Amino acid sequence: MSVWIRLHAQLGTLALDVALDWTDRPLALIGPNGSGKTTLLRIIAGAARAERGVIVVGDRVLYRSVDGIDLPSEERHVGYLPQGHGLFPHLSVRANVAFGLRHLPRAERLSRVRVALETVDLLALQDARPSELSGGQQQTVALVRALVTEPELMLLDEPLAAMDATNRRALRSVLGARLQGRPAIVVTHDARDVAALGADVCVLEEGEIVQRGSLFALRADPQTAFVAEFVGQGTAG
Amino acid sequence: MRVVGTVLAATLVALVVLPMVALVLGAAPADWVAALRHPMLRPALGLSVVSTGVSLAVIVIGGTPLAWWIARSPGVAARATELLVDLPVVLPPAVVGVALLQAFGRRGLLGPALDGIGVHLPFSPAAVVLAQVVVASPFFVQAAVSAFRGVDADGMIVARTLGASPGRAFLTVALPLALPGLAAGAALAGARAFGEFGATLVFAGNLTGRTQSMPLAIYTALESDIGLAVVLSLLQASVGVALLILLRMSSVRRP
Repeated sequence: MSVWIRLHAQLGTLALDVALDWTDRPLALIGPNGSGKTTLLRIIAGAARAERGVIVVGDRVLYRSVDGIDLPSEERHVGYLPQGHGLFPHLSVRANVAFGLRHLPRAERLSRVRVALETVDLLALQDARPSELSGGQQQTVALVRALVTEPELMLLDEPLAAMDATNRRALRSVLGARLQGRPAIVVTHDARDVAALGADVCVLEEGEIVQRGSLFALRADPQTAFVAEFVGQGTAG
Repeated sequence: MRVVGTVLAATLVALVVLPMVALVLGAAPADWVAALRHPMLRPALGLSVVSTGVSLAVIVIGGTPLAWWIARSPGVAARATELLVDLPVVLPPAVVGVALLQAFGRRGLLGPALDGIGVHLPFSPAAVVLAQVVVASPFFVQAAVSAFRGVDADGMIVARTLGASPGRAFLTVALPLALPGLAAGAALAGARAFGEFGATLVFAGNLTGRTQSMPLAIYTALESDIGLAVVLSLLQASVGVALLILLRMSSVRRP
């Protein structure tokens, strides 16, 4: 599935101008704080407004300003993982994962949830509340909850940010495996995430994409101080 | 320093509690018997309970979507509305009563229009409800707004991307999470409506069996029979306390 994005949005004083297209794999989005990464994800998810542009996933037009197409979030088939997981604290793990499967018959819904939790070894915790899980387990459940609805594009906002080293390594390999071959945008501050995902990197600074390429290419010729800093940190990991 | 603080604090507690104690001690058994048989009691208590129930329903049904909008909308209109609905908190109830007369009275803003369709609000049971709604709604709306502000915005976005319509995301995510805050606000508003006196007296009057709610019955009883006033006060207080406990308990229970 290919993704085609052209967006212009005004966020206060920051003008977000983005052109992205890629096919069937995760794309790592990096950039300093305040460069517009989270807003970009929210615009694609349909939770924030763009001034103009186009978002096409596969053969589906999610947004196209020229002819006024602007699908609501629930019709975009996009999986969104916000910073801090966004699990519903009043629902059990099972109910969280089942949330997006309401259209399915009960038996099928439950079996899908069971299989999904089994593959990440969290079936034993299906009756727990999110607050009873570790940070890594919470992120994993949030990831499973999004994936179980089979979204056509995954959007992950710093999925490994609030994690200790052990959890981070474990979840990094889960992410690598589960996002393999899928269109996804993963916001990260860590070059090791990029390597684990086998992703191309896209650098967003002050609302504009300043460089794009493989980790290797970025390392060979960093275009900005931020990129140099980012790939420098990667060589240490 | 610490002793002074303790004495000052204890004095304030005594000032608050002493009148309650005096009230409880002030009712002789004979007063109870006489009061419970008094013809003023049943209509007043009935009106108070029914009117509070109706106003609370109006406040919650209108106040919940209002609070959601105020909590979620970043615009100037939402900030201005937030300020406006708080206004009755700082206005004396008597002023609210006069304002209600100016709005709905025979010569008020909407008086002639209402007259035209045969509706006469002042000095009717509906006026009792209207006065309670205006005076008590800020307590619910304030609590509901802060409860809704506590609902994680990202969680709402996730709910939508998982296929929930705005309505379903509200009902299944925002509402359950805000429920304890909403219940606490409803308890406060209910207690305030149940005790409403000033605006009711001005706008609805003090007509036995028609607009005389419990606080007005107490006021009337004071003129002739202090024992009756004391018992009515105790009844009023106990219903209010019971209401508060009930709503607080329902808010503590987990879904």
